Amino acid sequence: MDSRIQRIFIAVLATLMPATGALAAQPKELELEPLVVREPERREVKVDQIDTEDFEIGAYAGILNVQDFGSNAVYGLRADYHVTEDFFLEGVYARSTLGETSFERLSGDVQLLTDDQREFNYYALSLGYNIFPGEAFVGSRWAFRGGLYLIAGAGSSDFAGDERFTVNAGFGYRLAATDWLMLRLDVRDYVFQSDLLGSDETYHNLELSGGLTWFF
Amino acid sequence: MTARLATTTVAFALLVLCMPATAKKYQPEVVVSDPYVELHTGPGRGFPIFYVAAQGDRITILKEHTDWYKIRTPRRKEGWVHVSQMASTLDLDGESIEFPRYDVDDFAHRRWQFGVGGGDFDGARVISATGSFALTPNIRTELVGSQLLGDYSDGYMGTLSLVMSPFPNWRLSPSFGIGTGVVHIEPQTTIVQSQDRTDEIVHASVGLDFYISDRFIFNVIYKRHTVLTSRDDNEEIDEWTAGFSVFL
Repeated sequence: MDSRIQRIFIAVLATLMPATGALAAQPKELELEPLVVREPERREVKVDQIDTEDFEIGAYAGILNVQDFGSNAVYGLRADYHVTEDFFLEGVYARSTLGETSFERLSGDVQLLTDDQREFNYYALSLGYNIFPGEAFVGSRWAFRGGLYLIAGAGSSDFAGDERFTVNAGFGYRLAATDWLMLRLDVRDYVFQSDLLGSDETYHNLELSGGLTWFF
Repeated sequence: MTARLATTTVAFALLVLCMPATAKKYQPEVVVSDPYVELHTGPGRGFPIFYVAAQGDRITILKEHTDWYKIRTPRRKEGWVHVSQMASTLDLDGESIEFPRYDVDDFAHRRWQFGVGGGDFDGARVISATGSFALTPNIRTELVGSQLLGDYSDGYMGTLSLVMSPFPNWRLSPSFGIGTGVVHIEPQTTIVQSQDRTDEIVHASVGLDFYISDRFIFNVIYKRHTVLTSRDDNEEIDEWTAGFSVFL
């Protein structure tokens, strides 16, 4: 009886053995698995790829009063670099045409300058300071950021055929229509010395201009 | 004049039209790890705080303007956060992120530097634009373009120099340099004089760089130029300039 039960037990074991053998073999196959499993992708933040909007370029138009030569239209281009929230560097280049002095108009035929010499242009490199940044409110629904800035710098003017060292100072207002589009109003005095009309004289040339700039 | 103006306007309009068409922008998500970060209405310290993003919020960085980041919260509020608060956010894996902040150490290890200046060149006014690149923290190569504006003549000058800074990590850092270049002088129209001149020049310089803050440097430079003329005597010229630079 005992031996019969033992035989059945052995028979059962014998049938199970290959199965357990297969089970025992399985972990070997599993050992290969980790090689196939991929590490989760690193979601690193690349700060230097974030869109920076520290540059500003634009065009402007306005009225430039060149001392003795009347008030004339002026067209210019500007490029700014915002170093901090307070300071920015600006380069401008603009062109205008000189009008006639009152002497030329009264005396009839006399022309002090040739047509070429009447082409007036200047460039300037300046440092700006956002003195009163803030928001402007239109009605009760809209708030636009903007701010008043002071600006001063140096450059050169091509006046009556000669380059003149020119310093400039002024102020302006920047109003943000959107994050990247600005309205700019500028009042600037460009100062240089010239002996064109006899004695050496300091010329003050006031410019009033408006323009649009884009941040990128 | 009008033709040139028209071309400029057209070129400008094209440039503007191209801008919104730029490729999809990189706008990463970060997680707030401080108790909260403050959203200002504009990129400046004075703009009012109108919202806060709470700890654990996933915020999207939209753009950067100077030290400010424009972000969007999960509730679709958009505002500006200062870099000092962004510095404590984590990426989606919980790792901290390096946001650029500038200090004396960055000043010492600056690579590219651009600046403008003005001063005196032997009695004439000089305006200059400078670009330089650091080969090592101690040695820089420097390219300067200058316009000279005198009472009787004006001109241009271009120089290339090698500048050495023995103490680059000092806030007020002295520098010494040598270089060479060309100078072109033309007399003004009201003066009856000899024709234009172009000469080679060599110079030695002493300068001081003062690190102000962020990426701003104020500098003063003295250069002693020797103009190599074709005449018997070489001309010695002193140049003093002061200006501002930014580094990248």
